[in-house]
Amino acid sequence: MSAEPHYTLYHPRWYRRRVSVWWWLQNRSYTGFVLRELTSVFVAFFAVVYLWQLRALAQGPEAYGQFLARLKTPLLLALDTVAFLFVLFHAITWFNLAPKAMVVRLRGKRVPDWVIVGLNYAAWLVLSGAVAFVLLRG
Amino acid sequence: MVGRITPLLWLLFSAGGTVAALLFPIHLLLTGLAFPLGWLEPPTYESLHRLLTHPVIRLYLFVLISLPLFHWAHRFRYTLYDGLQLKHLTELIAVLCYGAALLGTAMTAYLLWNIG
Amino acid sequence: MPSTVELTVARYRPEKESEPTFQTYEIPFRKDWVVLDALNHVKDSLDGSLSFRWSCRMGVCGSCGMKVNGTPKLTCATFLSDYLPGPVRVEALDYFPVVRDLVVDLTDFMRKLKQVKPWIIRKEEKPPGEGEYLQTPDQLDVYKQFSMCINCMLCYSACPIYGLEPSFIGPAAIALAQRYNMDSRDQGAAERLKILSEHDGIWQCTFVGECTKVCPKHVDPAAAIQQYKLTGATHWVKSLLLPWGAR
Repeated sequence: MSAEPHYTLYHPRWYRRRVSVWWWLQNRSYTGFVLRELTSVFVAFFAVVYLWQLRALAQGPEAYGQFLARLKTPLLLALDTVAFLFVLFHAITWFNLAPKAMVVRLRGKRVPDWVIVGLNYAAWLVLSGAVAFVLLRG
Repeated sequence: MVGRITPLLWLLFSAGGTVAALLFPIHLLLTGLAFPLGWLEPPTYESLHRLLTHPVIRLYLFVLISLPLFHWAHRFRYTLYDGLQLKHLTELIAVLCYGAALLGTAMTAYLLWNIG
Repeated sequence: MPSTVELTVARYRPEKESEPTFQTYEIPFRKDWVVLDALNHVKDSLDGSLSFRWSCRMGVCGSCGMKVNGTPKLTCATFLSDYLPGPVRVEALDYFPVVRDLVVDLTDFMRKLKQVKPWIIRKEEKPPGEGEYLQTPDQLDVYKQFSMCINCMLCYSACPIYGLEPSFIGPAAIALAQRYNMDSRDQGAAERLKILSEHDGIWQCTFVGECTKVCPKHVDPAAAIQQYKLTGATHWVKSLLLPWGAR
């Protein structure tokens, strides 16, 4: 159906609208979706920051000190703030959508969605607490 | 070629997304905001080095960095393909994204293997 | 309550125009009227040339899907009173070729539906003498939601991936494939795996979730697709680790 036939009484010329490059601005859901997808950029950004920290740690205390100083610059503080907001957005949308992909059945009955979501948030809290404990006890 | 390993790439994307969702907020909050802004005491070089001697910690860091990179690669590849309609560049985009993730993973592995 | 409301309808007459245009009609407003009633009023009393599909007018046949104020809806289930003071804009469903006015061609979906083999597949049929296939309510519950699909195509019209990549097999086809994959009487999951796990199968989906939002029968095709991604990926891993065909 790639060649457009001439209009005839028995095969009319169909109309196909071309999808605009700005399709994702057409409604709030689509825009929210693209923002959600763009969180991956900030996820990658922070992975790279952590890789950078690892490299600084491997190079010695001066390098680590330089790394810490760089993190205090306004540019990196701004980037980290924005990244933090996007990573939060990623986490919340990820947990809320988890039950769609993960259907758990116990004794024949489906575990309700809110239980799966709740378990995810609980794991989030527990793991965050554990990480904070390890990093803050010195 | 990439098409044949799509299920694997999706599994990496899911695992990376879960790691990023569960662990990145706290790490980012501490390392990116709380420590530089002085809200909390950052760990000293020595204490971090002591932590890094544990193989479990090294494995944790490997997972923490490499999986989210694959999450980004998969998601960003589709974002470029769908959002910017760059269909004619689809092979190149895939190679660049997964290649970058592989590179990051290799660097992480190298650093963690050799860290004193 | 106003006594009339404006209905702006997309017209496309291939014999005289190359692109759709809009035509506005002033129709009486009744608080119990749905958009389909308004369209029928136009066709009966104002402009007999308006073309559109409809049938059951009660939300079970899936014929009357159109875009109302930009959102795909069943026009028999969309009340005019929700769109006051108007105008109410009615267009043909997105991402399907428009044949005329509000009528779109659905051949693409029909072809894809057939490809997923939406019927019970058995390795061996039970002879009728042996009785029926038995199924517990819990087993029914596993796939029941996905069986509610009325093939109205609102999900395809909401899916930006289908718009950008017309070869994508689409939400309803995958949901219906899952309806049979998850049916305890069915033994055809392996046959459906191939078409679903191709590049234009489930892997094109990026979980926008709009399909589930617009579905009038609460089928939740997005969930069906994500579940199948997990199934498909698990199957892939198993076939890699155990190539001699363990399943």
